[in-house]
Amino acid sequence: MLRVRDLKTYFVTEHGRGTARAVDEVSFDLYPGETLGIVGESGCGKTVTSLSILRLVPEPPGHILPGSVIEFEGRNLLAIAPRELRSIRGNQIAMIFQEPMTSLNPVFTVGDQIAEAAIIHQRLSRGAARARAIEMLKLVGIPDPEQRVDDYPHQLSGGMRQRVMIAMALVCHPKVLIADEPTTALDVTIQAQILELLDRLQKELGMAVLLITHDLGVVAGHTDRVVVMYAGRVVETASTTELFERPTHPYTEGLLAAVPRVNAPRSRLHAIPGQVPAATAWPVGCRFHPRCPYAWDKCVAQEPPLLDAGDGHTARCWLVIEPERRQGTR
Amino acid sequence: MRTSGPGPRPQAPGPLVDVRDLVKHYASERRWFGLGRPRAPVRAVDGVSFAIPSGQTLGLVGESGSGKTTVGRTLLRLQQATSGTVLFEGVDVFALDATRLRALRRRMQIVFQDPYSSLNPRMTVQETLQEPLEIHGLAGTVTALLDEVGLDAAFAKRYPHELSGGQRQRVGIARALSVEPQFIVCDEPVSALDVSVQAQVLNLLADLQARRHLTYLFIAHDLAVVRHIADEVAVMYLGKIVERAPAAEIYAQPRHPYTRALLSAVPEPDPRVAKQRIVLPGDIPSPANPPPGCPFHPRCPHPMKSERCHTEAPPLREITPGHFAACHYAERPMS
Repeated sequence: MLRVRDLKTYFVTEHGRGTARAVDEVSFDLYPGETLGIVGESGCGKTVTSLSILRLVPEPPGHILPGSVIEFEGRNLLAIAPRELRSIRGNQIAMIFQEPMTSLNPVFTVGDQIAEAAIIHQRLSRGAARARAIEMLKLVGIPDPEQRVDDYPHQLSGGMRQRVMIAMALVCHPKVLIADEPTTALDVTIQAQILELLDRLQKELGMAVLLITHDLGVVAGHTDRVVVMYAGRVVETASTTELFERPTHPYTEGLLAAVPRVNAPRSRLHAIPGQVPAATAWPVGCRFHPRCPYAWDKCVAQEPPLLDAGDGHTARCWLVIEPERRQGTR
Repeated sequence: MRTSGPGPRPQAPGPLVDVRDLVKHYASERRWFGLGRPRAPVRAVDGVSFAIPSGQTLGLVGESGSGKTTVGRTLLRLQQATSGTVLFEGVDVFALDATRLRALRRRMQIVFQDPYSSLNPRMTVQETLQEPLEIHGLAGTVTALLDEVGLDAAFAKRYPHELSGGQRQRVGIARALSVEPQFIVCDEPVSALDVSVQAQVLNLLADLQARRHLTYLFIAHDLAVVRHIADEVAVMYLGKIVERAPAAEIYAQPRHPYTRALLSAVPEPDPRVAKQRIVLPGDIPSPANPPPGCPFHPRCPHPMKSERCHTEAPPLREITPGHFAACHYAERPMS
């Protein structure tokens, strides 16, 4: 459905601190009908990756380097004309963001905002577009859609606004939905509602979903496959069950151990020492080596490629070919 | 009459902090520039009581608008309570005059969610930490404080914008510690942090508690985080505590349908756990206009929900020893 190859998105920083290599040779595939999770912490490049797909990275300071490929239905989205891109963006590939209040226009009714894409891309009349907007509000579970269609964003709760965002994104029945931290700003009980809604809509509409999140719990419950990112790189990919059963990269392993759990006894959490390095100065060799409990001289000298750990599971770690090193270091 | 002046401290091993029937209503603003009908007051905190024994942690959990943050701020007198009593070592905090309050402030501190907005951007870490030491004439040193929160002495020269989120939160904790408090309100101290750093800060808070015999009120929206730090947990909904129990107990056997739903809504990082997720319908109602009867009844999934829930507010009552819940049907299983 979507093929991302060697995506490099760099930012020129102020004060001449150098180039921030926010996304650095990222590759993955999104298959029809699946939900692919991209998981990582702040600064790992997951959001810049998602923005790059639709060429929404502000230029300058950002720029996507030549050689990067984002292939959708046989076309490289990074190479096509802006006009052609606009016919895809919001139509065949749609996106929802973390903070619905800042992504909705406060001076238009939600109905107008949902209808806009249908008018532009599908040439619907105003009346037909309004009817479509009401239909979409119903689809995303907003009560009294005939009344709500004339509401302004500030009249809605946070959960309702996120439903409106989803309605806007889905109005043209996109083939790909990119959801960037869609529930991070919401309360837990509302988050549960929105995730359930996304699951249901994906099944009903058969679209592929790229779910970007920092939350391993969300990944576990709502994705088929996972891409783990760290320091601008993909460090591990696997099916969701495989990743949680057999985390192979020490970063994934550490992250999983650091998550607080409601069903665990009260205990000390495992913490990953140190912090994420700056994007202007990634460590040499493996970018995780300064925080890695297993690192040895090879990790400092040479960055590992994504190595095949079997069953479609890959990890950017020398432990894949030298597993005996894992013993006795913890 | 309880005396609020100096004198012998109560000998009983009573709670360090004792909150009784705390109420905070935000006054109504009149519509139309003060000329129209007054609106209903926002009942942010509506009769909350709890006690925290010395050296223990109470986890106060709730979603937006539950009033959990307001509880923390009113009990420190950072905001004026509408009514209620807060006793700190038996001393009535709300009855203190300015001088005595200032002396007490040294013993009760707060760590905020966002250390970036609670640290002065124009002060170095050194200046931020030096100030309380000087004001209170304390012997501590900035280097020792930084060391205690796991920061190198070199951080003293830095400004807040030069620090990462985790480092800033460590400075926020060091500032709270600088005046040698006994009690710290931790208001969502790890919510803004990445998972790996969140674990570091939670572990630090636990270490400090053990070393300094600190007492915490740990405010959070995340039941999983609270699991790793709290001795007792209180769950708030629309200004009221709806359930309170020892931590192990509330996670193993939640009694209030809201607590059950909250627990089931926490995304579990394990794909094999096919959770029986209780997805609550609807939004959290406005605390300016809470539903009649049980405030949770419009969203309640309890199969025994009845007319009584619409009309009669359930009191917080003891279901089993030490386990309180505000539900008419707390004894009945939900499934």
